[in-house]
Amino acid sequence: MASIKTKIGRRAFIKNTSLASGGLVLGFSILNSCKPKDVEKIAVREMPKEWFEINAYLKIGDNGLVTIQCPNPEFGQGVMTSMPMIVADELDIIWEDVLVEQAPFNAEKYGWQFTGGSQGIRRRWEGLRMAGATARHMLKQAAANAWQVPVGEIETTEGVLAHKTSGKSAGYAEMAAAAAQLEVPEEVTLKEVKNFTIIGHSKKDVETQKIITGKPLFGIDYQYEGALIAMAVHPPAFGLKLKSFDDSNVRSMPGIVDVFQINTLTDDMTRGYFDTNAFTDLVAIVGKSTWEVMNAKKQLQAEWEPITDYNFKMDRFGTEVEVTVPKGLESTDGHYAQMTEMASKPGTVARKDGNPEAVFKNAAKVIERSYSCPFLAHNCMEPMNFFANVTDTDAHLAGPLQAPALAETTLSTRLGLPAEKIDIEMTRMGGGFGRRAYAHYAIEAALISKQAKSPVKLVYTREDDMTFGIYRPSYHATYRAALDENNNLVAFHVKAGGVPETPLFANRFPAGAVDNYLAEQWEINSNITIGAFRAPRSNFMAGVEQAFLDEVAEAADKDPIDFRLELLERAKNNPVGENNDYEPDRLAGVLKLAREKSNWANSAPGAHRGVSAYFCHNSYAAHVLDIVMDGETPKVNNVVCAIDCGIVVNPDAASNMAEGAIIDGVGNAMYGSLTFKDGRTEQTNFDTYKMIRHNEAPKNIEVHFVKNEIDPTGLGEPPFPPVMGALANALYKATGRRHYHQPFLGKKEILG
Amino acid sequence: MATFNLKINGETKEIDVDPSTPMLWVLRDHIKLVGTKYGCGIAQCGACTIHLGDNAVRSCQLPVSAVGEQEITTIEGLSENGDHPVQKAWLEIDVPQCGYCQAGQIMTASALLKRNPHPSDTEIETAMNGNICRCGTYTRIKTAVKTAAES
Ligand code: FES
Ligand code: FES
Repeated sequence: MASIKTKIGRRAFIKNTSLASGGLVLGFSILNSCKPKDVEKIAVREMPKEWFEINAYLKIGDNGLVTIQCPNPEFGQGVMTSMPMIVADELDIIWEDVLVEQAPFNAEKYGWQFTGGSQGIRRRWEGLRMAGATARHMLKQAAANAWQVPVGEIETTEGVLAHKTSGKSAGYAEMAAAAAQLEVPEEVTLKEVKNFTIIGHSKKDVETQKIITGKPLFGIDYQYEGALIAMAVHPPAFGLKLKSFDDSNVRSMPGIVDVFQINTLTDDMTRGYFDTNAFTDLVAIVGKSTWEVMNAKKQLQAEWEPITDYNFKMDRFGTEVEVTVPKGLESTDGHYAQMTEMASKPGTVARKDGNPEAVFKNAAKVIERSYSCPFLAHNCMEPMNFFANVTDTDAHLAGPLQAPALAETTLSTRLGLPAEKIDIEMTRMGGGFGRRAYAHYAIEAALISKQAKSPVKLVYTREDDMTFGIYRPSYHATYRAALDENNNLVAFHVKAGGVPETPLFANRFPAGAVDNYLAEQWEINSNITIGAFRAPRSNFMAGVEQAFLDEVAEAADKDPIDFRLELLERAKNNPVGENNDYEPDRLAGVLKLAREKSNWANSAPGAHRGVSAYFCHNSYAAHVLDIVMDGETPKVNNVVCAIDCGIVVNPDAASNMAEGAIIDGVGNAMYGSLTFKDGRTEQTNFDTYKMIRHNEAPKNIEVHFVKNEIDPTGLGEPPFPPVMGALANALYKATGRRHYHQPFLGKKEILG
Repeated sequence: MATFNLKINGETKEIDVDPSTPMLWVLRDHIKLVGTKYGCGIAQCGACTIHLGDNAVRSCQLPVSAVGEQEITTIEGLSENGDHPVQKAWLEIDVPQCGYCQAGQIMTASALLKRNPHPSDTEIETAMNGNICRCGTYTRIKTAVKTAAES
């Protein structure tokens, strides 16, 4: 049994014995885990009269109900269910007794409240278990004190404390008041994995009932007495800035209260790493209703002028760097021309093993292929928005944010208020995918509220959201592989770059599996803002690397799975180099599981198969994807997915997320594309930006998890990047054509 | 500005707005029913789907002046206790991820089942094609629609 020191995160366990008021009778559903046929039986359970707060994560009611806080913001990844499940399991209670709340934003109590990088469960695993386990220990201690018996003789089962020899027993509720007074133990024992009763057992999402009945959950639903609606007008193109505006025709429009300019980031301030923002000068329009403000926004007369090259200081997590933004009105054609040129020149060497140049020269066969992808917009279904009520002394904000702590720093600088005077409520997010780590819209809302001297809700139109993006960059990669006369892979070369960042991971597979290896990179600066997009960089590299390896396997006359497994065997037994950042066994493990579950050698009649596997965000995923041809149209019929992300907390929800990642991957690879002309995005809404729809989604998806007792790693991102590779490989089998440039199907007819 | 008496979820609501105001914003801003979502404003995403009589319509493209006597049902009024067969199926399959698109999906699905209680896979896809789900819950949505059809 693992013992664990409670020192880390101890602050969160310091008790606050002030009791929350009780006595309310709330209709709350115990639907968390029950079958839908029980929906009728919406239980009305009396709420406790008193709550005893054991630590920041949980409080126990005098009737046995337990409220558990979810520390991280929710954007559809299911943390509001899975995180409390971890606490509840270690506390040893039944899930039906759990109420879940979104914790307030409070770094002192809850540490790093961040949704992103597939790090939520991984980083919280120990702390959440500790929160449950320390509380359970304190309840045991309280019982031991009451019954005058050694604490070691007390056992718990599903919320009941019992002492065998004396026959005494009590529910948690009876001991909660006393437990809340006790010292937090220095060390606690955690459950063994085999004793988990909640972790690993699928529970329904605790918010589904609210979602399907239309309850206000999202930032855009936020209601506040007297709040005005605000919208912001930004330059129509990257490379332009606000010169002047004339609001005379707008001010008199119905419902309009105020029109003014705001400046989100001042020139002299050091920007945070997530303060990405091309459009810092905006015209704010404030009014009484969304429709009235929308109409006024269309009428605003503004003049724009070209930017000049400019620099700003950025705090890159402790290191101050100078960033240069180039002037110019960029176009996609220009980007591709520049990328092709960069790809033809030597790049910056990121890793080199052996003597790749010589081996390429003497190879029996050399395969060289180039790949590219366009910019992508995140297109969260809930457009960017934020509520703010800023006064001279404090600020109250609410809305969708992946990283409230990062927003708080910038808010504090821009509002001139200390952090403790800024209160940020984390609402449910209508998708995030990386986009909501960049909080400029929260800063804008705050500045608008301050100037308007009113609570406001800033709402982006879809067009604002798509044209004021923090996009997935456009990338390019060239791969070369050398085979000897026995079809062994003897040298491998990758050169990758992008506008404006390189996507290269020099130490990932097949690094470590090939004696002669070269990885190079390059970058082209741009004024188009880019940022994290579900599995940054991996979302390009996985697909193209796996498509390339498929071609190399074919040239070597080998089965694509066998070919990868041979390389992984090499990387495991006799790795080349020292910095390989994947575990060959686990990567091989998901490939083997996908091979078995898909019945690889025997595909369904008419199905054309592609495979791929990738490691990123600490986890491993492999897909076998089947395409059937419907006349001329390829359709994804079936996807079998295998994932190794360690222990899976909530399996059905985890499958849901993997299914979503696969559909997202197919959608973006087939259709996703944001193009530029003279700095403007050529797509501004869903009539021109093609999103995957129902009839294009895979007909069936099967998700399998490798069973092991490894602490959980990431899940939101890992199944996403490799889909593009499996799709490209299956398309080749179906059509005889290799696809090198995304989107594979280009712009199709848009359905409404 | 003009006054309208609207029948929404079985109640009559009087509102005073510009006649061109789309029902989406009448619901969200004026009646404070925010279950109906804004996604695109141009009838491309389905997030704003409501029922006008028995038909699923995009409320972002429905001016309040065009409603007249017709009954409007929003996600909040689909059932009294969230127990419409489609809602129950959504719960059983645990369809949502972020959940933002789901009110629209449910409104489209429930209108479909009303006029076609046993749709084929293709009929489901065709009916649901106007509803985008960015999180990619399409396979679960289809399973849930079929589950609801069987119930
Ligand atoms: S908001 Fe009406 S269809 Fe998108
Ligand atoms: S569940 Fe997130 S958009 Fe559909």
